[in-house]
Amino acid sequence: MKNPKLPIAIVIILAFLSTLPLFLPPYYTGLFSLMIIFGIFAMSLDILQGYTGLPSLGHAAFFGTSAYMVGILNVKIFKGCNFGVELITGILSAAVVASILGLIVLRSKEVYLLMILMASSMMLWGIAFKWRSLTGGDDGLPGISRPDLRPIHWDLGSTTHFYYFVLLFFIVAAVLMYLVVHSSFGHTLLGIRESETRMRSLGYNIWLQKYIAFIVSAVFAGLAGILIAYYNGFVSPAELHLVTSAEVLIMVILGGAGTLFGPAIGAGIIILIKNFVSGYTEHWMIILGAIYIFTVMFAPQGVYRLFRQFLQK
Amino acid sequence: MVFFINQTINGIVFGMLLFLLAAGLSLMLGIMRIVNLAHGSYYLLGGYIGFSIAKHTNNFFLACLGGLLAIGILGMFTYKVILEKRFAREALGQVLITFGMLLIISDLCRWIWGGIPLAIPKPQILQGAIYFGKIVFPLYRLAVIIMGGVILIFLWWFQERTKYGAIVRAGVDDDEMTQGIGINISFVKTLIFSIGALIAGFAGVVGGPFIGLSTGLDIDILLLAIVVVIIGGMGSLWGAFVGALLIGLIDSFGKSLLPELSIFTIFATMVIVLAIKPSGIFGTK
Repeated sequence: MKNPKLPIAIVIILAFLSTLPLFLPPYYTGLFSLMIIFGIFAMSLDILQGYTGLPSLGHAAFFGTSAYMVGILNVKIFKGCNFGVELITGILSAAVVASILGLIVLRSKEVYLLMILMASSMMLWGIAFKWRSLTGGDDGLPGISRPDLRPIHWDLGSTTHFYYFVLLFFIVAAVLMYLVVHSSFGHTLLGIRESETRMRSLGYNIWLQKYIAFIVSAVFAGLAGILIAYYNGFVSPAELHLVTSAEVLIMVILGGAGTLFGPAIGAGIIILIKNFVSGYTEHWMIILGAIYIFTVMFAPQGVYRLFRQFLQK
Repeated sequence: MVFFINQTINGIVFGMLLFLLAAGLSLMLGIMRIVNLAHGSYYLLGGYIGFSIAKHTNNFFLACLGGLLAIGILGMFTYKVILEKRFAREALGQVLITFGMLLIISDLCRWIWGGIPLAIPKPQILQGAIYFGKIVFPLYRLAVIIMGGVILIFLWWFQERTKYGAIVRAGVDDDEMTQGIGINISFVKTLIFSIGALIAGFAGVVGGPFIGLSTGLDIDILLLAIVVVIIGGMGSLWGAFVGALLIGLIDSFGKSLLPELSIFTIFATMVIVLAIKPSGIFGTK
């Protein structure tokens, strides 16, 4: 794992990310904000998928719940942005959904777990879709205002400033997630992924460890959900949909499950391709579908590992 | 009372349709351990193909046959070419590949048939209705219920009473040993997968006259079928049947009594079943 070139790579990437608005036009700066938000989302799923070995096709549940929480508070209650309250409530709502869902689903395993999570998150989608009076139905909730940081001379209406706002959260979240997966708790999760029986005989409470991992993962997905609500300025049921769950899963696989930073790269690639292809054809879903199939057939280990092998040469 | 009976009939008919999907899904999952997220797409594509055939020939039964055969062949292709060699035992790969297929088929359908909801006309001889006092019982719906029953019996017979069913069960227990005694397990698995797909394609045509065909129906119906499998228990034919009727009825009553929260009633059912028995009503593991 230890690689002397890795810190250098991190410094280069950070330097690139932090100077990016200086040489890219605003449109691409905005696109990078989106990539970074999905980067947080994909990394949060990697805690489950890559480190704990819990496949999930319902991760959008946490992402969408917190996005809706921000939307409802912002549009219906404060009629403006109350950032502190929205941040805390958004993250809490994701954690609450995870702690309830976790009680129901974590007794099941593998394929069964995957399907139950998928069904559960789609039920939340159904509620958001049907409960018009609260969620605006399929029109969603438009008119979410971004946090007002003008007192500290940070105008989030500007693409560049909003990009740095998102980048700040990305760095904090990435460091926290890095600490989680490299803590003794993270190693326990790896142990569970490799052999549940062995970990059980060592005296670990497997269920509890999985439950905590589930909630931790949901918290970071919730953070990404909050940022996406501000980024788009609206929330719609799409944030909770199976297509979003599947998209974040393919980001993790494409980037490399169990590498933490790989999924962020996967997120960047998928967002970039989606953006590029949808500019040329309205049938970009066909291309996206083909990417799913080709990723699994030809790059199941993810691009991050290829990149790391390249560094080690 | 009339309301109650009408909703019950609607629920049972919709349940039969869900059973056709869930049976195939459950067969693939329980017997072959294959997750097929393109199952709803099979349903939708089968329905659209049936729609085109019905439009050109005015023959509903030819439409059924066309939808069924086309999707049967597509299923065979999916299993033989993509899934069998490398992903027979890898759930995550199956999930992503079949989801990719879902996206592709969904976009192709919108491309070819457009985004406007379509309905397949009912066959001529099933257009009437039977009257019991105030209760109207459309013939077509009666036919769907009977057909559901026939397919249930056929699948049960196939799984429990034929050589193929026995081979598949043996193959699940010990793949290598089954091949070792000279059985072509690959052929039987391909057959099972194709039958599951074929029934889904058929269901698309059958459902065409009363729930129609529209963009997004693939995922909606896949979701309900998956909930049915979760509630009934993976790999259990009777589980799929009981689960499908249950969800069909809950959906029918939920939509008319609690329209804003109808999907929540289905979710609540799933949660209750999982809390009592995590492997589903008829599940064994």
